[in-house]
Amino acid sequence: MYFLKRLLLVPPLLIGITFLAFALVRVAPGGPFDRERAPASPEIERSLQARYHLDESLGRQFARYLVGVLHGDFGPSLKYRNHTVNDIIGQGLPVSLLLGGLAFCFALGIGVPLGVHSAVRKGCWDGWASAGLSLTAICVPGLVLGPVLIMVFAIQLGWFPVALWTSPGHMVLPTVTLGFYFAGRISRLMREGTLGVLRSEYIRTARAKGLGEGAVLFRHALRPAILPVVSYSGPLLAELLTGSFVVENIFQVPGIGVLMVNSSLNRDYTVVVGLVILYAALLLILNLVVDGLYRLLDPRVTFE
Amino acid sequence: MRIGAVRIGEISVCWVLAVFLGLGCGGLQEPADLVIINGPEPESLDPAMITSQSDGRVVLALFEGLTRFNASSADPEPGIAASWHISDDGLVYTFQIRPEAAWSTSEPITAKDVLYSWRRILEPATACEYAGLLFCIRNAREYATGHLKDPEQIGLSVSGDHSFRVELLEPTAYFLDICALPNFAVVPRRAIEESRDRWLMKAPVPASGAFSLDSWRLNDRIRLRRNPHYWDAANTRSDRVDLLPCSNANTALNLYETGAVDIVWDKELAPSELVDLLVTRPDFHRFDTLGTYFIRLNVTRVPFDDVRVRQALAMAIDKKLIVEKITRGGERVADQFVPPILPGYHSPPGLAYDPEKARELLAEAGFPGGQDFPPMEYMYNNTGKNHERIAVELRAMWGRELGVSVNLRKLESKVYLRAQALREYDACRSSWIGDYSDPNTFLEVFLSDSGNNRTGWKEPRYDKLLRQANGEPDPVRREELLRSAESILIREAVPIIPLYIYSGLEYYDGTRVGGIHSNSRGEHPLRAIHRLRQ
Repeated sequence: MYFLKRLLLVPPLLIGITFLAFALVRVAPGGPFDRERAPASPEIERSLQARYHLDESLGRQFARYLVGVLHGDFGPSLKYRNHTVNDIIGQGLPVSLLLGGLAFCFALGIGVPLGVHSAVRKGCWDGWASAGLSLTAICVPGLVLGPVLIMVFAIQLGWFPVALWTSPGHMVLPTVTLGFYFAGRISRLMREGTLGVLRSEYIRTARAKGLGEGAVLFRHALRPAILPVVSYSGPLLAELLTGSFVVENIFQVPGIGVLMVNSSLNRDYTVVVGLVILYAALLLILNLVVDGLYRLLDPRVTFE
Repeated sequence: MRIGAVRIGEISVCWVLAVFLGLGCGGLQEPADLVIINGPEPESLDPAMITSQSDGRVVLALFEGLTRFNASSADPEPGIAASWHISDDGLVYTFQIRPEAAWSTSEPITAKDVLYSWRRILEPATACEYAGLLFCIRNAREYATGHLKDPEQIGLSVSGDHSFRVELLEPTAYFLDICALPNFAVVPRRAIEESRDRWLMKAPVPASGAFSLDSWRLNDRIRLRRNPHYWDAANTRSDRVDLLPCSNANTALNLYETGAVDIVWDKELAPSELVDLLVTRPDFHRFDTLGTYFIRLNVTRVPFDDVRVRQALAMAIDKKLIVEKITRGGERVADQFVPPILPGYHSPPGLAYDPEKARELLAEAGFPGGQDFPPMEYMYNNTGKNHERIAVELRAMWGRELGVSVNLRKLESKVYLRAQALREYDACRSSWIGDYSDPNTFLEVFLSDSGNNRTGWKEPRYDKLLRQANGEPDPVRREELLRSAESILIREAVPIIPLYIYSGLEYYDGTRVGGIHSNSRGEHPLRAIHRLRQ
């Protein structure tokens, strides 16, 4: 019942978000056709506005847009005028999904063991080292890490290509750059979760029964300890899957992360709104999935 | 059961990864003969829609006009038209279309295709932003602005399949140059009428140029393939060319240094921190371009309505310092608006750096030592780092030499352009890139009725001189008239302050790549470029 209610809320929420994005992007000063060079005459400028219905009232434009969206047509791009928003998302989204998915796996693969290790070995030098590594990951932004990785692994060692996106080798450095920060965040969450669980009474009981540390950790502690990571994973996955401006820019990756920023700078109204709808839908759905996972991992959780 | 579930999980993960890899990589392609970083992602490849040079380069590889750019000098030479005849009064051009000219789909290109392409440019519904360049044709302006409905009345006509006739309003010295511009290339009528705005996405796209469009993945690459039906296909030197979009200078340099690309030909793609080192390398080729960096002054605002104030501001700028300390790409200081590289034209002297005279002029205007001068605002856009550095330097110079207080206003590009068009500024940075090799491409910007004027400056004397010059058949007399007009602009009235002529910077290793020749327009027809065998 709870999930049905949540699911029913998705369409009105999406319509509300679409309208907000649609109106706000038009409030920003400057328009898609403002250039260093003016059109040859005011009539040509007017034709340009009329061609994309920008001369109509906001309500009419929104109604026209919504009808299009309901038919699966997100309209033409105002900047890349031979492409539709469907084309643009259709070409860029698989790339961002792949990069985001790989970075997500990298972040979980590094972050979870690192967090558990730093919790279990708390107070020892290697525990401090793990905690230090995760803090470093949080503090070094992709803007710095990307060029450093390129300099070392692409230019000096020649192990990977410097940029572009044509083979699996091209994916390594962008994945590490994008996933490293989140590995740090996940590691911190995992560490706190594990420390909390290890202090709880049922763990003391398990130890009192004579279970080994490994069994205590893997059979009893890990599932509840990972809950904070799971709740963080929903928005994290939505963020990773919709691309990263910095990483896509540095490594020349043809995803939609670059478009997220550039389309708003270019006042490419239709692309901005299309991407907002995509991001909002992903966020709403992934949050719902996370709630479901909660229930699976911890039977004590109930939804009212 | 548990093992079965795990296996199913593993298989699903592998399957999802394989699909992702397939979709995400966009399929592996055979390597190209030539890989070029062309600048930002093209906004369009439709000749009627493009506005930037980087888009124009791709368009010119796909579509050709009546004339085309010569591979070394970039002067116009016969293209789709094998020859032309100009009437004695210079008003009628009759082009002979090559009988062998054909689309990449093997159908013939006829004079009717040219007529359709040019009328399409002028069609109000097309909303071509460059349509103004054809306003030298009889009735073209009237048709493009909707005052004339019948396209037959435009000064364009055909006779048979191979003769195309153009009637001009007045002799236009640069008309053959215009015919070579990408906007006026010949486009395929049937494909456009069938697919409208999507015609470039429906393969095969009929191409009239040396290459045809093989694939176009946004923000990834454009692949061009040699067009075997091109009339000069024997001289197309590469079979497959990849054009990569790139806006990050460091990425472009990295790709070039590791051999992933052969050519980078966008000046913005030389990292500004390294530009003075890079220009000394043999594979970095610098050249003067047909572009000027200048300051606009809003003459409708007090105290910039006083010409002495504008002259004082112009003479207080040490432009040499700006090109040596900030831009550092070998730019030439400019006191003139028209770049000094156009054949047959020499600009008149402008206002050189003279702080003493600048102080005198400001005192004459009623602001001795900058006293009572209201704080002025200098507006610039946030793209690139040099605009800001120049703004800071200008503030220091005007403050130091004239005692004027300057506030800097940095705006996002679209906001800046809107503010400039609405004249919501005191002074602002600006630039102009010429379209063709004639001073008119610069001077017409400041005609009273020009949409590009954006300073509020109107001078009937200037307008008259420019119109007289453009109707003047004698080149010597024409140059005199143009010089007089430019003198008003840069010396007498000063609605603008030129700072420097842009430098172009392209990087390619001349021992690896052949067929590129530096020219002021930065035009390098792709048909001539090829990788040299090592």
